[in-house]
Amino acid sequence: MIELTNLGVSLSGTTILKGYSLKVAKGSVLAILGANGVGKTTLLHTVMGLRRPTEGAVRVDGKLGFVPQLFQAAFSYSVIDMVLMGRARRIGLFGSPSAVDYRVARDYLSRMGVLELENRAFNTLSGGQRQLVVIAQALCSECDVLVLDEPCSALDYKNQSIVMQSLKRLNSETGVTIVFTTHAPQHGLEVASEVLLMNGDGSYRHGPTEATLTAGHLTQLYGVPVDKAEFVGSSVFTFAPRFIEAS
Amino acid sequence: MSAETLPAASLRSNAVPVTAGLALVLLLVMTWSVTIGRYDINMLDVWMILIHNIVPFADPPWTEVEANVVELIRLPRILAAVVIGAGLAVSGTALQGMFRNPLVDPGIIGVTSGAAFGGTLAILLVGGGYVALGSGFAIGLASLFVVRLLASMKGRTSVLTLVLAGVIVSAFFEAAISIIKLLSDPQEKLPAITYWLMGSIASTNYSDLLLLCLAVLPAMAVIYLLRFQLNILSLGEDKARALGSPIELVQWLVLIAVSVISAAVVATSGIVGWVGLVIPHVGRAIVGAEHRRLLPVSALLGAIYMLLVDDLARTLTTSEIPIGIITALIGVPVFAIILKRLQTSSGWTND
Repeated sequence: MIELTNLGVSLSGTTILKGYSLKVAKGSVLAILGANGVGKTTLLHTVMGLRRPTEGAVRVDGKLGFVPQLFQAAFSYSVIDMVLMGRARRIGLFGSPSAVDYRVARDYLSRMGVLELENRAFNTLSGGQRQLVVIAQALCSECDVLVLDEPCSALDYKNQSIVMQSLKRLNSETGVTIVFTTHAPQHGLEVASEVLLMNGDGSYRHGPTEATLTAGHLTQLYGVPVDKAEFVGSSVFTFAPRFIEAS
Repeated sequence: MSAETLPAASLRSNAVPVTAGLALVLLLVMTWSVTIGRYDINMLDVWMILIHNIVPFADPPWTEVEANVVELIRLPRILAAVVIGAGLAVSGTALQGMFRNPLVDPGIIGVTSGAAFGGTLAILLVGGGYVALGSGFAIGLASLFVVRLLASMKGRTSVLTLVLAGVIVSAFFEAAISIIKLLSDPQEKLPAITYWLMGSIASTNYSDLLLLCLAVLPAMAVIYLLRFQLNILSLGEDKARALGSPIELVQWLVLIAVSVISAAVVATSGIVGWVGLVIPHVGRAIVGAEHRRLLPVSALLGAIYMLLVDDLARTLTTSEIPIGIITALIGVPVFAIILKRLQTSSGWTND
């Protein structure tokens, strides 16, 4: 469970977040949407404890695992070595991975469906594969809450689908709480049980996906007209932004 | 073939034979190094002279002069070269991992010149030895601290600011060394300081070696113990913190260990640059970047390299060439090649 109480964060005198009070229940999947620079990453970092709140408090029940935006390692490690780094808390300052750590790392790689990549060099993998490996790394810390910062940015449709399917399966199989930021409302629609919309003026909207993720709210959120696109004879719908107004 | 294109599995599985092979090569190069020089002594005699200390031979076939050359002149400097080479290579490997930057070493980020200033100051005021070590360590560590402070903006250390901060701090300490040279007695102290700064282990005796070992070996052990943490730290500070690594502690332990090594090397043998920069790249090309496998291989490669450089230094001409000059002459072109290669390879992100 994650609980924010009147949370506020200022960075070098500028207020980024103010008055955030919300609860995310255990086993939920929360999608966070908002314009660029609205403070999504700051919020995640504050939840992770990487940044101190200026006011209010963050309470997290259970351990957190973090998946940052798609990244390239400075040095080329093998996939198994990357995943083993997720065991940092258990291995300790002067320690080195044991046979048990290897077993856990392989177990999570296989759960993410990428065990066959274990001896590949991490930096040679596709974006989607890299995200799955970093998710396995976060899971390796045996976390209860998985926090992902734009897990699908810079990924093509196929890779987005791989990552989103994996997150959904992971949540239903293990009950791990998932919090992720995204710019694609579709990700929220398909995976999230609840949604947090962060507005530029510091206000926010939080609630179940169905009631919160609406065309009207998205229009307000991005300042771009967004329509709901429904398909005849199907309950499936999507959102269609209009980037250029028809003259 | 670079480390980026080699399959990681083959890098992993060859670590044990590579390490063992390099240890054997080191032993051979060490023995060979004892044989070369003005006195021609063959390898068998070298081994017999050494074994004689443990199991005395009744009627030794070598002369006393030969025994003295082996035990009092050549052996201490050979062991010093091994310790210095291993120490510098391990320092460079640790710093490159920690700063996520394959282009740093104790020289580039200002520790060496800080330690050199500390050592020079000690020579001017009291003389070398443990005082030079202590003062080199203190000022070397202080310069590292200043470089880190200058280089980090809002908790992030960028490659460019790190290197620039190193240049600034080095420039300051080089100026300070010049002032000391200006102030020192031109008949006695000035030549001593100048020659010492160029780097030499020609006059290493067992007490120098002891000082070197007491400082370098424990510091290397600390870095080796932090091998797994170095992997984590090389993913970036935020990522490492999120994974639960005590990054401030790890960073300080590495910085202190590197300062101890740099100060000990500077105090006993002057400025020996470029070893810590070049050797880790060779190591990574052979066994990959994973520090558990890389650190021992770097240490062995550094020791072998330093030994060969010292062999060149004492045999190339009739008078000794300072080793700092040779490591720079070899290191600079190799560094240039690495720089060109890194710009094209995907293994390094320019952040």
